[in-house]
Amino acid sequence: MSRLLPFLGFMLLVALFGFGIWWNTQHDQNAIPSPLLNKPAPAFNLPKLYEPTQRVSKADLLGQPYLLNVFASWCIECGVEHPVLEAEGPGLGVQLVGYNYKDAPADAKRWLAEHGNPYNLLIADEPGHTAIDFGVYGAPESFLIDAKGVIRYKHIGPLTPDVVEDELKPAIAAMLKEAP
Amino acid sequence: MLLLRGSAPFARRFVDRSQKHGAQGAFLRLMLTALLTFIGVAHAQAIEPMPFRDHAQELRFQHLTHQLRCPMCQNETLADSNAPIARDLRNQIFQMMQQRKSDEEIKQYLVARYSNYVLYDPPLQPGTWLLWFGPLLILFAGASAVVIAIRKRHRGDDAPTEAQTGNGDDW
Amino acid sequence: MTPELGQLALILALLLALAQGILPLLGAWRGNRALMAVARPAAAGQAVFVAMAFGILVWAFVRFDFSVQYVADNSNLALPWYYRIAAVWGAHEGSLLLWIFILNVWTVALAAFSQKLPEVFASRVLAVMGLIAVGFLAFIIFTSDPFGRLLPMPGDGADLNPVLQDPGMTFHPPVLYTGYVGFSVAFAFAIAGLLGGELEQAWVRWARPWTNIAWGFLTCGIVAGSWWAYAELGWGGWWFWDPVENASFMPWLVGLGLIHAQAITEKRGSLRAWTILLSIFAFSLSLLGTFLVRSGVLTSVHAFASDPRRGIFILAFLTIVVGGSLLLYALRAPKVVGGKPFKVVSRETVLLIGNLMFAVAAAMVLLGTLFPLVGDALNLGRVSVGPPYFGFLFPLLMLPVVLLLPFGPFLHWGKGDLPALKQVLLRAGIAAAACAIVAAFFVNGQLKAIAGVASLVWLAVGVLLYAIKRWREMPRGRRYPAEMAGMLLAHLGMGVFVAGVLLSESLSVTSDVRMAPGQTQHIGGYDFRFDGAHRTTGPNWRADQGVVTVTRDSKAVAVMHPQKRTYLRGQVQTESAVDAGIFRDLYVALGEPMDANDIEGAWSLRLYYKPFIRWIWGGGLLMMLGGFVCAGDKRFRIKRSAKIEEATAGLQVQETHA
Repeated sequence: MSRLLPFLGFMLLVALFGFGIWWNTQHDQNAIPSPLLNKPAPAFNLPKLYEPTQRVSKADLLGQPYLLNVFASWCIECGVEHPVLEAEGPGLGVQLVGYNYKDAPADAKRWLAEHGNPYNLLIADEPGHTAIDFGVYGAPESFLIDAKGVIRYKHIGPLTPDVVEDELKPAIAAMLKEAP
Repeated sequence: MLLLRGSAPFARRFVDRSQKHGAQGAFLRLMLTALLTFIGVAHAQAIEPMPFRDHAQELRFQHLTHQLRCPMCQNETLADSNAPIARDLRNQIFQMMQQRKSDEEIKQYLVARYSNYVLYDPPLQPGTWLLWFGPLLILFAGASAVVIAIRKRHRGDDAPTEAQTGNGDDW
Repeated sequence: MTPELGQLALILALLLALAQGILPLLGAWRGNRALMAVARPAAAGQAVFVAMAFGILVWAFVRFDFSVQYVADNSNLALPWYYRIAAVWGAHEGSLLLWIFILNVWTVALAAFSQKLPEVFASRVLAVMGLIAVGFLAFIIFTSDPFGRLLPMPGDGADLNPVLQDPGMTFHPPVLYTGYVGFSVAFAFAIAGLLGGELEQAWVRWARPWTNIAWGFLTCGIVAGSWWAYAELGWGGWWFWDPVENASFMPWLVGLGLIHAQAITEKRGSLRAWTILLSIFAFSLSLLGTFLVRSGVLTSVHAFASDPRRGIFILAFLTIVVGGSLLLYALRAPKVVGGKPFKVVSRETVLLIGNLMFAVAAAMVLLGTLFPLVGDALNLGRVSVGPPYFGFLFPLLMLPVVLLLPFGPFLHWGKGDLPALKQVLLRAGIAAAACAIVAAFFVNGQLKAIAGVASLVWLAVGVLLYAIKRWREMPRGRRYPAEMAGMLLAHLGMGVFVAGVLLSESLSVTSDVRMAPGQTQHIGGYDFRFDGAHRTTGPNWRADQGVVTVTRDSKAVAVMHPQKRTYLRGQVQTESAVDAGIFRDLYVALGEPMDANDIEGAWSLRLYYKPFIRWIWGGGLLMMLGGFVCAGDKRFRIKRSAKIEEATAGLQVQETHA
């Protein structure tokens, strides 16, 4: 029996590797699940992109659910995501808040002029300090925040039609059902 | 082992997707060119002089950032990575050190935002018992096997002591 | 047209590998000499075709055949010829071809040097090599074709990853693979032994030099990789405990255990099952490394682009090869405890302890490397395991090895001599303690550095004492047989390595500084003066090059030229400047200009003073040398077949030959 131990141990490894291959087809290896999920979003106070003198804080946005979309002009995948936001954004039933991350305002504006602007509101975080509180580590990232200011869902990487259909819309539906 | 240290922080998410589908030639090629431009940013390493209070603080900073993982990178420490988020987090850590925050507080701060993923030193909790005590377990199991093996071969006192070959050369 | 020839050559090689893998096994089973005789010509033919395929790919790179996708992806018109050749193994497909090519080199060597082995045994060994080749050839043909076309042919290619455009990189993969693949020989011997069910001690003796050489190459490959990472990356580190590095380290540890276990089995007949198991493990871990690097299951900075299809293929192959051999082991491994008895105080015991520690260390590295995957499976969230984990546990596991190492040679087989050990303990212990005390004054009482000095003296004095003992007691010409000389070299290398690690880690000074031209920084007793930066160009890059003049007590030491290169496709790569020395390295990496528009102004620089860092690689090279010297021992040369049968007939014969 003890002679079988190496074989059995190895089969355990094979199972683990098989799982690993499967898991990686299902998950983005670079996505780190956020510990902020189902917790209140961090407080923030950021200037609007187009009217930098006006500031938006978390309290200003309480009372209505919104999708906070982190994007930047330097981010390649944001270009992939953008058409999806343009097409799906209006039909989501929540406000779309653009969070311009570590970007020169001029670049961001040029980028939006070129690709279109699907956002209801645009805020800018050029130094990227607030983004750390959100646990942002790249772009694009999207946070679904409910009327009470709680993060209900986070997606790391571009929102694709599949992600919107399979994850985002159900999350919005669940949120709206709970607090109409 | 092919060593490709330093990968593209900006473009990484794209890489995964492109590998999965593969086919769309022209699009892919275009993106690859874009990707290569960005890879560049990562290969230059993170050199940032900071106004440390003293040498001890500098050492502490170096030590701490070497134990933390850049959340965006393939497998790099905050100290080594040149990704934008790594720079921001290094600055944050530096600021917190100026505010006399302890290493533990700084780690807590990062874990609260980026989960335990940022710790190269996974904390001891039920989920990581296997990791931390596994080697000890293996050591005990192996040691007992060795002890049994030695006992078996020991066979009493009258085991023939090794007759040395004529010149004491028992190689 | 030629790339298709390469593909054809690979397919023909696969067919020959099938013949080499299957027919001799049938022949050995049925006692059919004609079938057994297929092994050698099939191996030779396979090697010819694989070499042809390899040559065709090299040729495609040399003459810029961008109609081959792999060539277009990894080279361009401006890439110098030597890097175009290195580009052959610069990515997944080509490096796999290199793997197969090296496997064939080993097989051909084995076919050439096994002529005096018993026919049945030799054909089994070659057949196992053939079966391994079948797996890899199928892998390359079905999932990773390096000859795939790219039409229409682009006018120019992309680029070889600039990280790989370094002399160290041309050298590192082939040497490393030679080590990895070399363990296939010990593996093939073990499987052939299990299939035949006899001759254990004999085949272990024949396998020993192969294992030593493979391990030596693996050591050299790891050293080259470590040195390259240090010199090229500008991080000044030499080991990162990255999954891919661990993948090369695990077979190294197991190979180290195997070398010592083989010594026991060959000379004393003990530990036969363990030696077989380690032979299987060493090669299995090499295969596992291939899997980890190419399947994308783990996140590594070094990994190849991942493709689940490739992952599944290697996993299936791994399951068949390793699972099959472990099943064979379960069924056929020697069940009776054999070999000569030994006392608690004996060479066997210390070798067993060493083996235990190597095996546990390898298991620990495996656990730590795979734990992120376990974390996913158990839903623990994403877990990172890195240097703090390995760096804490590994030294603890190696401590007993370092402590026991000087005693090993002094212990006799079977029963050790306690007074002799006490003498070693006393002499080496006093020497180590004395040097540690002296060192304490030089290193400001840093414990790690003191431990480094103590370990070095402890190990080196141990080696020296044994060398003296041999000198005194043995007649000339018989004092240091190659096997023993190799052992002493390798053990000394261990001391040098440990000292290098501990001293460099504790005494290094790193500083990120902002320097304007003319400014001076004082680090580790040296004055680094920044003399400004200027533009320069190379064959396929432009660079900003800094000039740093180093002086010590106003005496010139070195003028260093760290660069920040921009390659053709816009990739930026730092080229650090290293002033190497036996006792210290000075190391400068160029950061960024403080004002992006003024490269002649101030820059951020990283300055390192790294004492004794070269001892890390020096120690590694001594270990490598030890492995090679051991393998050259006359005892391992196979005598004529008649003598072998005589030798295997009885233990006594072997012992006296020793």
